[in-house]
Amino acid sequence: MAEKFETSLAKLEDVVNRLESGELTLDEALKAFEEGVKHAAICNKKLNEAEKKIELLLKQKDGSFRTEPFKLSDI
Amino acid sequence: MDIFSGKRILTVSQLTNLITGVLEENFDHVWVEGEVSNLATPTSGHLYFTLKDSGAQVRVVMFKASARNLRFKITDGMHLILRGRVSVFVPRGEYQVLAEYLEPKGVGALQLAFLQLKDRLYKEGIFAESKKKPIPKLPQRVGIVTSPTGAAIHDILNVIDRRFSNICLLLNPVKVQGEGAANEIASAINDFNKYGKVDVIIVGRGGGSIEDLWAFNEEVVARAISASKIPIISAVGHEVDITISDLAADLRAPTPSAAAELVIASKSEMSQSLNVQTLRLHRAITVIMNESNGKFSALLRGLKDPSALLGAYWQRCDYLLEQLVSLISKNIDQSGRRLEMFRTRLSSNSPQLLLDKNTNLVHSLDARQERAVVNRLNRMKESVALSCTGLEKLSPLATLGRGYALAYRSCDGSLITDSLQISIGDHIGLKFARGKARCIVEQTTSD
Repeated sequence: MAEKFETSLAKLEDVVNRLESGELTLDEALKAFEEGVKHAAICNKKLNEAEKKIELLLKQKDGSFRTEPFKLSDI
Repeated sequence: MDIFSGKRILTVSQLTNLITGVLEENFDHVWVEGEVSNLATPTSGHLYFTLKDSGAQVRVVMFKASARNLRFKITDGMHLILRGRVSVFVPRGEYQVLAEYLEPKGVGALQLAFLQLKDRLYKEGIFAESKKKPIPKLPQRVGIVTSPTGAAIHDILNVIDRRFSNICLLLNPVKVQGEGAANEIASAINDFNKYGKVDVIIVGRGGGSIEDLWAFNEEVVARAISASKIPIISAVGHEVDITISDLAADLRAPTPSAAAELVIASKSEMSQSLNVQTLRLHRAITVIMNESNGKFSALLRGLKDPSALLGAYWQRCDYLLEQLVSLISKNIDQSGRRLEMFRTRLSSNSPQLLLDKNTNLVHSLDARQERAVVNRLNRMKESVALSCTGLEKLSPLATLGRGYALAYRSCDGSLITDSLQISIGDHIGLKFARGKARCIVEQTTSD
């Protein structure tokens, strides 16, 4: 499973803090920046990937689960 | 044949009136005790509530005239003892107690049960802060445990729609009140944990009486919430209602709408946070790049251009060449000057000089000789001139100098000493000390 949003955001924050500390060499800074951009992209993807969907969770007789679309008007 | 013939058939009103009569006659003064619920206090000032115990309930009305004598405020869950009479609310065919007097009795049984369970679970550590799991910042899928027909799911969907949130909701439908509700709620929470694909669960329902909310005060629900690996937001009833479920959950939302807001708000908050971090990231790298660029430029400036270095050599070369030329020409000059000197010395010792000297001597002797002759000649001329001056004093010419003139005949030049020597019309000449004149004789006299 892909990384959690919070994990990526925390890593991004860490990268930014390291960059802002001014203690990195140019090479390290460029590497860190690249890493930061990657984390930002993951966060952005996570933010936008969920689509609006409302489903019902139904338990089958064998104990497994299935979902089906749910609409208020169905009831 | 009419099966109802001979039977007395009543209208609903007649029946109701008969019942009313019976009830009012037999229960015109009763004392009843029970727990208050569904209290309504409209502006009319009358009080309406349900009095109940574990087996039954009865509607109670206390009219304003009696109600204004109350010393305390009635609240749901309160255990009361009241005095009144039984009556019928004819339009609805409901019997009710018209209360004339009432007083509280201890605490309500349900409230007491709530307090007892709360105390027990608290001691067990079910509500401990240390047990609370963090609510995920950006839930992708939100599980919901509530009634599919209740107010809660409506409120949640309203919020989601209003905020245009693209969130995925998964509803596990349950009964939220009545028999078996607590068990359904607990099972639903367990099922979500088995299913696993949700990041957070909202458990709740809309507002209602304490009886309506009771399922959320049951131990089985509290334990299911406590055991859940997935973080749970509890949202039961209105803001004032606090249930055991609220206490056991990782987060309590005042209402189901508020729970939805929390889930969504965290998303926009995350989005903002991500924007801030991204901005900081770009700013930081820009600063670093600019600094590095500055350093590089400085170093580049420090690095000498080889052509400049070569230039310096060229210049030195030119300088040396110039020095060389100047030294050589100085040398040539010196040699030239020496040559000149020798030439001067040579020419000063030349025989020409001696020759010139002798020539000069000859010339000077020659000149001296000439000067001596001329001098002598001049002296002799002066002496002659001197003699002439003495001689001139005696000459008639000298007399002319004093204003006299000589008259002579133009034809032969003979001096005229007598007017008779001439006649009228004769041409004569006059000689002055300087110059002459020709004259014509006009008249002659002889004295």
